[in-house]
Amino acid sequence: MIALSPEQEIQWIAAVTAAACAIPGVFLVLRRMALMSDAISHAILLGIVLGFFVTGNVASPLLIAAAAATGVLTVSLVELLNRTRLVKEDAAIGLVFPALFSLGVILISRYAGNVHLDVDAVLLGELAFAPFNRWVVGGVDLGPRTLWVMVAVLAMGLAFVLAFYKELKLTTFDAALAGALGFAPGLVHYAFMTLVSVTAVGAFDAVGSVLVVALMIAPPAAAYLLTDRLPRMIVLSVVIGVASALAGYWMSYLLDVSIAGSMATMTGVSFALAFLFAPERGALALARRRARQRWEFAQTMLAIHLLNHEGSADAAEENREGHLHAHLRWQPDFARQVVRRAQGAGLVHRVDGDHLALTDRGRTVASEVIGV
Amino acid sequence: MDLDLLRGAAVALPDLLGDYTLRTVALGAAALGAVSGSLGSFAVLRKQSLLGDAISHAALPGIALAFLLTGSKSSLVLILGAAIAGWIGTLIVMRIVGTTRVKEDSALGIVLSVFFGLGLVLLTAIQKRPDASQAGLDRFLFGQAATLLYRDVLMIAGLGAVALGIAALFWKEFKLLTFDPDFGASLGFPIRALDVLLTTVLVISIVIGLQTVGVVLMSAMVVAPAAAARQWTDRMGGMVVLAGGFGALAGVSGAVVSSLGERVPTGPTIVLSLTVLVLVSLAFAPNRGLVWESVRQRANRRRLHMDAVLGGLYALARQHGGAEHAHATAALEALHPGARHELDALAARGWARQTDRDAWCITPAGAAEAERRHVGAGEEVEP
Repeated sequence: MIALSPEQEIQWIAAVTAAACAIPGVFLVLRRMALMSDAISHAILLGIVLGFFVTGNVASPLLIAAAAATGVLTVSLVELLNRTRLVKEDAAIGLVFPALFSLGVILISRYAGNVHLDVDAVLLGELAFAPFNRWVVGGVDLGPRTLWVMVAVLAMGLAFVLAFYKELKLTTFDAALAGALGFAPGLVHYAFMTLVSVTAVGAFDAVGSVLVVALMIAPPAAAYLLTDRLPRMIVLSVVIGVASALAGYWMSYLLDVSIAGSMATMTGVSFALAFLFAPERGALALARRRARQRWEFAQTMLAIHLLNHEGSADAAEENREGHLHAHLRWQPDFARQVVRRAQGAGLVHRVDGDHLALTDRGRTVASEVIGV
Repeated sequence: MDLDLLRGAAVALPDLLGDYTLRTVALGAAALGAVSGSLGSFAVLRKQSLLGDAISHAALPGIALAFLLTGSKSSLVLILGAAIAGWIGTLIVMRIVGTTRVKEDSALGIVLSVFFGLGLVLLTAIQKRPDASQAGLDRFLFGQAATLLYRDVLMIAGLGAVALGIAALFWKEFKLLTFDPDFGASLGFPIRALDVLLTTVLVISIVIGLQTVGVVLMSAMVVAPAAAARQWTDRMGGMVVLAGGFGALAGVSGAVVSSLGERVPTGPTIVLSLTVLVLVSLAFAPNRGLVWESVRQRANRRRLHMDAVLGGLYALARQHGGAEHAHATAALEALHPGARHELDALAARGWARQTDRDAWCITPAGAAEAERRHVGAGEEVEP
């Protein structure tokens, strides 16, 4: 057994948790059910409290089972409300989880206030304490319990996605077709939501319920901006999630602030980077493409304008740079730039000073566009 | 209902009303519920129920930053910070949805969790400062209604009145924006500006509740009253007023109930009161309520079945050449299972007559009714 320092153990827990969250997160994002993770991660508090009342032990595995069951209950309650068609889906989510969470908070503060079960820890998580909770079998220290729980959750998530990859993919992208082909989208949905619940329970024990949402949603959303292929999106989500988690750990280490909060902040930074710099869908790429299209369009306009008046009586008057303002409503600066770019592209050449004429290439381009 | 508890409440109530803290909390919660409830109607109708959740979570770093930058613990300063952060969060959501293929649910999830995480980072940074212990910013996480002061109540009421005033002033425009923004744009209304204004109003109605209810549960104050009110009316004005009333009612009852028990936090109690209101509305609201709906469905099914039995009787009568010809109940049961019950109902209306202990025939009035309803005319009954 390799001996890890507590700092290394925390980083392993952070990385494994991020990976375990990213896998179901991909499908939550694609299925437009991202906020179910928010609802589930809050509602499981009630399950944990009830499980605690039954077992009287915060470390009991039954707590995880009870919490996961509450997660699935949340999903079914939302769907039940939805089916009445009395409230919209978003409102249904917004009605169910605050109610369950409130019930959990009241039960805790009334009956479990003095035991090791407080709302702050549940909601915010405290990764720093995770190494103190060891898994000891027969006197042998096997490492932090949380790490083992998260490794098991990660393995489960991987196994689920590998085993039901086809079903998940089809129900995610075309639920109607999946139903028609006999894939039982409802069954896949509930199995998947159970996975989300179990992941949320395992992860929120480590990092708190709000960070669960960050780890499940932000990395897959960033990956969604980077690729169009599902397998690549899953891998990228895991990579981004793990990188954000580790960066978050170091941020918290350097600034001496909340680990969970720093990890959430870093998932936000990752998404912001993808939002700005994604090669095809990033804000920068979009802006550059839009600018290029604007210049290309202007050059084509110029070529068409010149072609229109080429050889006509008013050509000497119309085909001047100075006239573009009157005709095409271009500002002089803009017109000068367009002409320079069009010259560079070999569409136009200056006959003398102000006077412009099309090159052969320019003539072909303009004719093609107007379809002559 | 537990009588002892009721009697206890009856005895305690006058005491409670005299209790300064409770009166402050109840007043604050009522004002807050009225404002967030009525303004939440717009959010719910615009399918923005969860935007409230994102705004309230996003407010946390704003509160922390306001404290870090000004060193002030005054509720007004902190709430201003909350409002700015919540507003920025909303703009980011709109920006992500507008310019990328990331959908609204993911954008909301990212903003709420990342802003909240940033808020935690700032809170832990504040805790290391020497003046931290008095900052009491934790109260914004889950809300601590007991920390409400009279001037906080005034602030809730004042800011809430401003938000309600804006909504009243732009009533027509907001209604248009809610139900048909495209039509509004075609009429020349500045829809984008109105959208920003309505969002600002929503942000105000959320941040004024953070101290009482907390960032985690505040979204329920926006969604639940409106969802309950929606069941009782189809009119926007009625819905807004009713939602405000529900919010205020839940605020007061939550404050009172939580003061009756020991260690019962106010925010969650208000939310549970709201949940009860929602459930009652979903079940019993006239027209839309689930109970009435099922009553109506049963009545419809019953009427259709009765029509079928009447039609059967009519067809038999014509086949056998006369209304006075009686038929065994068993035969009618065979044609229409469960006919026995409908026969009694038909007899009560004077459309069928029991000729024998076990035989029925149609009456002339029944035949006329069958004719009028076009039932049983084309039916061929095998003997």
